Amino acid sequence: MNITKKEYKTIAKKHEGTSKLYITLPKTFLIGGFICCIGQFFINLYSYLGLDIEKSGIMTTVTLVFLSALLTGLGLYERIAKHAGAGTLVPVTGFANAVVSPAMEFKSEGLILGTAAKMFVIAGPVIVYGILAAFIYGIIYYITGLFM
Amino acid sequence: MTQGKKGTITLTDNENTVSVHSYAAAVGKMEGDGPLGSYFDYVSKGAQLGEPTWEKSESKLQKYAFDMALRKGQLTREDVSFYFAGDLLNQCTVSAYSARESNIPYLGQYGACSTMAQTLAMAGVFSRGNNSYCAAITSSHFCSAERQFRFPINYGGVRPPTAQWTATAAGCCITGTEDKSPYLSKATIGIVRDMGEKDANNMGAAMAGAAYDSLSRHFDNTNTTPSDYDGIFTGDLGQVGSDILKELFIKEGRDISMVHNDCGLMLYDRNEQDVHAGGSGCGCSASVLCGYILPGVESGKFKRILFAATGALMSTTFVQQGESIPGISHVVEITHERI
Repeated sequence: MNITKKEYKTIAKKHEGTSKLYITLPKTFLIGGFICCIGQFFINLYSYLGLDIEKSGIMTTVTLVFLSALLTGLGLYERIAKHAGAGTLVPVTGFANAVVSPAMEFKSEGLILGTAAKMFVIAGPVIVYGILAAFIYGIIYYITGLFM
Repeated sequence: MTQGKKGTITLTDNENTVSVHSYAAAVGKMEGDGPLGSYFDYVSKGAQLGEPTWEKSESKLQKYAFDMALRKGQLTREDVSFYFAGDLLNQCTVSAYSARESNIPYLGQYGACSTMAQTLAMAGVFSRGNNSYCAAITSSHFCSAERQFRFPINYGGVRPPTAQWTATAAGCCITGTEDKSPYLSKATIGIVRDMGEKDANNMGAAMAGAAYDSLSRHFDNTNTTPSDYDGIFTGDLGQVGSDILKELFIKEGRDISMVHNDCGLMLYDRNEQDVHAGGSGCGCSASVLCGYILPGVESGKFKRILFAATGALMSTTFVQQGESIPGISHVVEITHERI
């Protein structure tokens, strides 16, 4: 071929479209913010019903995870996520979607080797590095505590 | 013995004829809703086709395409001597499962999205060599491809603008040696070309170099220019790959843009259907070939065309290991009259 990889890359780069950030970023902000407002609504609701603030927070997480799982099961979550991007990925709802969607997808390979084995295929790395980060934070917190 | 030009096989010449005896395309609902919807022999109502798994649904789509091609050609399974089939799934299993009920000698093919051109060339060669009917069948299914190559269907991920949509579709050509249109004139087999593209979400860029190489070699080996053809159909470069291909040819001084079209751009309406850079998958070029291009050649709407299916020969393993994506493209020249 009479073209180098470098020349090819220059041509290819020219024709790659990029996301329209002026559309995607406001949508992400608004939908992500709306999910946070729903969270706040539940915290206030549970507090009003008599739970203390910590328990209200836990119950709100449980509620949001349930709603996300339900919407995933109904096939609606990915339709919202298409527009929301990180707005639905970053809140706890995104984590629930990442667990429920492979669990549903791989049920055709059985409950053990399909659903159970593949359930954490997307969320697994988040858990692993989340725990690792918490562990490192704990050590730093402990060491700084010795000198304070 | 006359030596053929490197990589180019002559199928129809003064003594021999190879033609497509019959053909059929079966597609999913979304493809049926696209601009070519009315051209297909079968459009399914849903993605499942009454099967419990996506893999079985895809296999059924292949069987539909094969059975319809047989029926349209007034043949039975016993009339077919060789069965060439390919798909995108691991170990080419969709094809093996569709072939297991056929009772026909089977050769599984893999060329990623270039498989339709590969199977068609192979079937043509076997028809000529054996003076018999051969079947060339390929398929892809959005849901079975997604779960193997990307994410679960219900996962809320976002695709970049360069990503392509795997078509739920299958196409089947039955080749023979009758003296009738559409003729399989020549085929140029692709060389694996790696342009250094590492993004699995930008297959158009990974494959455009291979399409450029194979088409150039076909022009050189047959002493033709783009203006000798009234259609050059690549598949499936999508918008990104098509733009790259056209620019590569303009740079070289051979403009193909007047006659070029891409199966990935023809199958869907990109303004109405959410397919980003266009369609992809073995079934995309197969269904466009069997639904739209071949009837056009048969009727004389197209006199002489090139069908250049392109494939990204990647696996998730190699991509995750940081390797770049090799591309391939095979070119089949199809004509209305014997050349």
